[in-house]
Amino acid sequence: MYRPKPSDATIGRLAMSNQLLRVNGISAGTEDKPILHDVSLEVGSGETHVLMGPNGAGKSTLGHVIMGDPAYQVTDGTIVFDGTDITEQSADKRSLAGIFLSYQAPVEVPGVPLYSYLRTITQKRPELKMTARKFRNRVGEIAEQLDMGSSFLTRELNVGFSGGEKKKIEMLQLLLLRPKLAILDETDSGLDVDALSVVSRGIEAYRKDCDGALLVITHNTRILERLTVDRTHVMVQGRLVAEGPGSLIDDIDAHGFEQFEKASAGGEA
Amino acid sequence: MSERTQNRTHVDDVDRSLYDFTYSEEGYERYDDGLTPNIVRAISQKKDEPEWMLNMRLAALDTYHAKEMAPNWGPSIAGLDMDHISTYVSPRTKQAKNWDDVPDDIKNTFERLGIPEAERESLAGVGAQYDSEIVYHNMREEVAKSGVIYTTIEDALHDPQWEPVVHEYFGTLIPPADHKFAALHYAVWSGGSFVYVPEGVTVEYPLQSYFRLNAEGAGQFEHTLIIVEKGADLHFIEGCSAPKYYEANLHAGAVELFVKDGARLRYSTIENWSKNMYNLNTKRARVGADAKMEWVSGSFGSHVSYLYPTTILAGDRGICEFTGITFAGATQDLDTGCKVILNGANTTASVDTKSISKDGGCNTFRSSVVVGRRAANARCSVSCQSLMLDDISCSDTIPAMDVRNATASVGHEATIGRISDDTVLYLMSRGCSEAEARTMVVGGFANPVSKELPLEYAVEMNNLIKLEMEGAIG
Repeated sequence: MYRPKPSDATIGRLAMSNQLLRVNGISAGTEDKPILHDVSLEVGSGETHVLMGPNGAGKSTLGHVIMGDPAYQVTDGTIVFDGTDITEQSADKRSLAGIFLSYQAPVEVPGVPLYSYLRTITQKRPELKMTARKFRNRVGEIAEQLDMGSSFLTRELNVGFSGGEKKKIEMLQLLLLRPKLAILDETDSGLDVDALSVVSRGIEAYRKDCDGALLVITHNTRILERLTVDRTHVMVQGRLVAEGPGSLIDDIDAHGFEQFEKASAGGEA
Repeated sequence: MSERTQNRTHVDDVDRSLYDFTYSEEGYERYDDGLTPNIVRAISQKKDEPEWMLNMRLAALDTYHAKEMAPNWGPSIAGLDMDHISTYVSPRTKQAKNWDDVPDDIKNTFERLGIPEAERESLAGVGAQYDSEIVYHNMREEVAKSGVIYTTIEDALHDPQWEPVVHEYFGTLIPPADHKFAALHYAVWSGGSFVYVPEGVTVEYPLQSYFRLNAEGAGQFEHTLIIVEKGADLHFIEGCSAPKYYEANLHAGAVELFVKDGARLRYSTIENWSKNMYNLNTKRARVGADAKMEWVSGSFGSHVSYLYPTTILAGDRGICEFTGITFAGATQDLDTGCKVILNGANTTASVDTKSISKDGGCNTFRSSVVVGRRAANARCSVSCQSLMLDDISCSDTIPAMDVRNATASVGHEATIGRISDDTVLYLMSRGCSEAEARTMVVGGFANPVSKELPLEYAVEMNNLIKLEMEGAIG
């Protein structure tokens, strides 16, 4: 069963050396609207976490706040990544430190060829230094893994791609950049079965090859079928109302979010 | 966080040191400022011109004085005081065919602009003008053997074979009475290029003329006359730059292009005048049947520009393609665009322009499409996309269409956009700094134009964009 709040025991469970991300009492929102309230969450290196909750609960906002989206202002709390307080850092610094956010709706950037874009963002990272030839091979390898034709690479970044293709391009970047933590924001939404299976493969490859941690934001459980989930978090109305083991997902599958919503409403009353 | 949001709109000014260097004018021949018949006679005499040219100059000077100060419908040219523009500044050197014979300071200028290197690698011929005179002119032997003429107008006038040709074409497409600065141009023109491509000849590599204005408070009035005979094919590249001075400089060139039946001419320009330049340039092409005129135009520099390359599709089935980009930063007011006159039946024109404004820069895009009565089934599309990088810059689109044939189809679309915060976030969250993210978006926006340029010039254009976008952010 679930607990309404992460207990001291949970925090203790994660040895300090293993801790990768620590979201500590974060409250955040847009200028006129608070969205997240006192959210705390910890992800250890190499762990897979799932953040679930009904539409509009603030799950994506949490992902964006961890990434450093300036559209949201943090009014309270801190975010510590890999031992560094990143609460005030800009998104590019966080990216270079090893955080990756896969977007629900990746933006189109006309005129920027996908391939040269990939080269640029790879070259930003000293740990990924490689020759042009090695880079080409690496990109080709990943593209094949994701069932992407080579014509993808000459096209412009996300321009004119279907929803599924855009998600593949996100996975391509994920596998290329090898971040320490990948936040997948509704990566499964709007995908057909084939695309879903390719994306799942990408996520699996990331877990295996990069030994990266995952925070999967979703409101349906399909994408999780092939993943071993370490922890599940439930968000309702901007608060984390439950945390439990991977098996909590089955419970949600069977009963939906109603129980949490009721608990949340009861708690606020 | 709100501070970061504010910083987003700020892009620093440019380090123009690449273009912004100058050499002493010492020992150069500089005529008095202002405009008198004596100055016009002196220029003509120095060039040892035929009588008809001197008469044309003097008549043009009268026209210039008779015309109202124009234009009065675009950016202000009040800062341009014609009494203080020197119309003729000649470097004391003879035209050379070998860079080693060009004086060091001038040679260094062109070396720094990469001209001799480009000539070695990818051009069929080069002309280099420094202030009022061409200082270097050369063409590959094999191109010369095919009968292609690439020289200065002055030299063509001294050649008994070409003097009548210049006489036949010179000033016919852009008449001196066209507008005040055209009249000025014909009164004091100096330098420029004469190109003749014989029937059926394809020039494999581009020819390039580079115009460099070094002297402070001077004007450059080069004349380019290109004749591409039936079925011939040419790519001509024009580059221009000048160092920054406090006094106004003036550029009033004229470009007359004759594209005969079945011929093709591509005319590419990368213009990067310094930001004290008044660029009042006139370009016009006359296109025959089954012929094609392609313009690729990048305007980055100048304080004020009035520039609307004009294409007259005189023959049936003629084609005009215009691809242009204009980048206006602080203190720049650039009024650019394109005119197309479709007179032949089944002619087509497509105009695709982009403009970028930042730091209070102003862009105005003017297009004029005229479809004549005879132009059955003519088709024309005009598209203008503008990108605004902040809230203090401006961007306007002023299209005009005059369609006199009911079977013609014309279309116009214009969009004005900004760099969205979502796009900047996306690129930043993949590791690009904010400045890099914005530069990448602007580069992508300009990409359809740079794709049309030869590689070296595409690189130059991308560098110019980087220069313009460079600067520490946040």
